[in-house]
Amino acid sequence: MYEELARRCLDGEVRAVARFISLLEDGDRQAYNAMSAFASTIGHAQIVGITGPPGSGKSTLTDKLIGYFRSKEKKVAVIAVDPSSPFSGGAILGDRLRMQGHAVDPGVYIRSLASRGQLGGLSKATAFALRVLEAAGYEIVIIETVGVGQSEIDIVKVADTVVLVSVPGLGDDIQVIKAGIMEIGDVFVVNKADRDGADRVVREIRAMLETQAALKRGRSPSAGPDTLASRSIELLHHGQTGTQAAAPVEQTGLEDLPPVMKTVAETGDGVQELGACIVSQFEKARQNGALQERRLRSIKAQLKDIAAWQLMDRFADSGGEGRLKRLSEAVYLRKKDIYGAAKELTAALVKGEST
Amino acid sequence: MERKIRVIVAKPGLDGHDRGAKVIARALRDAGMEVIYTGLRQTPEQIVQAALQEDADVVALSILSGAHNHLFPRVVELLREKGAEDILVFGGGVIPEDDIPFLKSKGIAEVFGPGTPTQTTVDFIKTHVKRS
Repeated sequence: MYEELARRCLDGEVRAVARFISLLEDGDRQAYNAMSAFASTIGHAQIVGITGPPGSGKSTLTDKLIGYFRSKEKKVAVIAVDPSSPFSGGAILGDRLRMQGHAVDPGVYIRSLASRGQLGGLSKATAFALRVLEAAGYEIVIIETVGVGQSEIDIVKVADTVVLVSVPGLGDDIQVIKAGIMEIGDVFVVNKADRDGADRVVREIRAMLETQAALKRGRSPSAGPDTLASRSIELLHHGQTGTQAAAPVEQTGLEDLPPVMKTVAETGDGVQELGACIVSQFEKARQNGALQERRLRSIKAQLKDIAAWQLMDRFADSGGEGRLKRLSEAVYLRKKDIYGAAKELTAALVKGEST
Repeated sequence: MERKIRVIVAKPGLDGHDRGAKVIARALRDAGMEVIYTGLRQTPEQIVQAALQEDADVVALSILSGAHNHLFPRVVELLREKGAEDILVFGGGVIPEDDIPFLKSKGIAEVFGPGTPTQTTVDFIKTHVKRS
């Protein structure tokens, strides 16, 4: 049954693709094994990650990007992740709502996934679901993460190009230089750019990127934290929607900085430019070797994850719960210390001992 | 292995009243189901494509415009055309008693009127969902 289903996926059959992804979501091990049938298609699609805070316009932007890629005659698949309830396990998946305009286009496949307890912005099955979509012949796979805060960065493990969506009015420039989410963008988008403060956000992101690049190169940023303020006059000329709000390029390699774009997803302003930019960043990465490096890194990270899951499976299979309970009680009664108990648990796990 | 029930909640046709659909969506969520909310003014074609792409077990339709006799059967018909007759379809909204036998004869599994306790809907799905 699984081989048959995998074959139908390779034929691009929508129902087979949909079912296969469900099996992956449900953790069906045979389905995971059957994925070996997709070996020949791995790496064929460009994986575009869209991430940003709740309500920043990720879904609307995704909807418009589908339109862009369709106009280039690419087959497009979307995986949109929304959070599961930690209480009921249920979920309301509402991203599709904004993409229904493409529902009847046979060149578009949209799938909503619930995060099912994962905290990194994606669900466990996301990385595998995209392989199924790739096998079915989708050339662009857009992954929209759950609305993220500051540290949900699993998207870097699966996407070739990460688009980080910001909006005006969320905070000051310190938010921009914090560690985490702001470090993972390949393309930065300031959406809802028709609102007040959009240019300021663009400047702050730019400043962050310039500082980061300068620090990486081992020199301090040219004019201290005030760099951008001192350049405000030059920057004033780069405010139009859709144009890359580029700071003046010096001889410091700043031309390699991730682009910062402005969009109004609702009206589609700036989306053409964003689409073109996503494609050109991908091509650039492919040519300079960054893409290969990144995909290798992704495989490494995923391999680690999968190995950890397999260990957890083995733990469950071998009645690990019983052992866990006994050890917990021993720790509670102060017969064992918690670190020693954990060592005992992992030792048993590695040996594959039951109870 | 846990199998989540996936439900499409959709509003076919032109009325803009989605309070009921949203309440049902919430109730199903709280019952542990994954609800794909597709929003207002959907065509049967859009709803059916969504059901196929999302691997839905259930399609829940809400209508208050009076066009149920046309739109509900059309959804069932399209699902059958796509070989997806295993997807459970039921409806709700403002639907006259007299129309219910007709809708049922067209493959609508049940019709829930205003005031139906949400638990009734949840129980209905759990007992009637066709896929294991």
